[in-house]
Amino acid sequence: MLQTRRAVIKASGALGLLAAFGGALLKPGRALAARNQSAFDAKSAVDAMRALGLSNAQDSKDIQIRAPEIAENGAVVPIDITSNIPGTTAISVFIEKNPFPYTGTFDFSQGTMPYVHLRVKMGESSPVRVVAAAGGRYYTAAKEVKVTIGGCGG
Amino acid sequence: MPDPMKIRATLQGDVADVRVLMAHPMETGQRKQGDKLVPLHFIQSITAQLNGRTVFSADISQSISRNPVFAFKVTGAKAGDRIVITWKDNKGETRTDETTVRAGS
Repeated sequence: MLQTRRAVIKASGALGLLAAFGGALLKPGRALAARNQSAFDAKSAVDAMRALGLSNAQDSKDIQIRAPEIAENGAVVPIDITSNIPGTTAISVFIEKNPFPYTGTFDFSQGTMPYVHLRVKMGESSPVRVVAAAGGRYYTAAKEVKVTIGGCGG
Repeated sequence: MPDPMKIRATLQGDVADVRVLMAHPMETGQRKQGDKLVPLHFIQSITAQLNGRTVFSADISQSISRNPVFAFKVTGAKAGDRIVITWKDNKGETRTDETTVRAGS
């Protein structure tokens, strides 16, 4: 266990350095930017959003999050996300109560519609938060997903 | 060599509806086998190209489920166009597979 931990820390240190450079130089267009390791390492959605520069996102009703109200199996929770905000270039997904909430960023700026389907792991019931980037501004919406542990009506 | 992806690209108007299934354990680094933690092993990045031009990319974490499934919609596509998808994981392993866009029914 100790060995694993050491390897992870070592890897994240090296990547973190890269991410710091990439983040500063390539903030608006995420395409081809270095992986933002500090965001992936963040243990809260707030910290992850801060690392990505998304802290000032404003609430929007134009982001549709389709996910089950109650997910019986937290290992596979299907989520469909559509942004109806004109000019959406990317969306980022955060599962607020996961140990590492930042789930990923999907870039649509080069020829895809602002839609993505993904399947995520959820450790417990949590809001699924989405941040959309459009025209240099950030918009956000969230949907609560309940996870039943054990699947026996708990 | 990791198992191949399953990719399907179906045309709806001029938009290709792409669905992909990747074979990958997506280990979170928190699961135990006996009393040892299974090391972190997950896909970190995904790109998709339409006829050689990158149209979709993603950076993802270990929160994505095992054997990841994604769907996205590529604009300006025609039947017969080539869709190439590549993933890369945290151990440097990578896999690239392709398909052609099929006309919708």
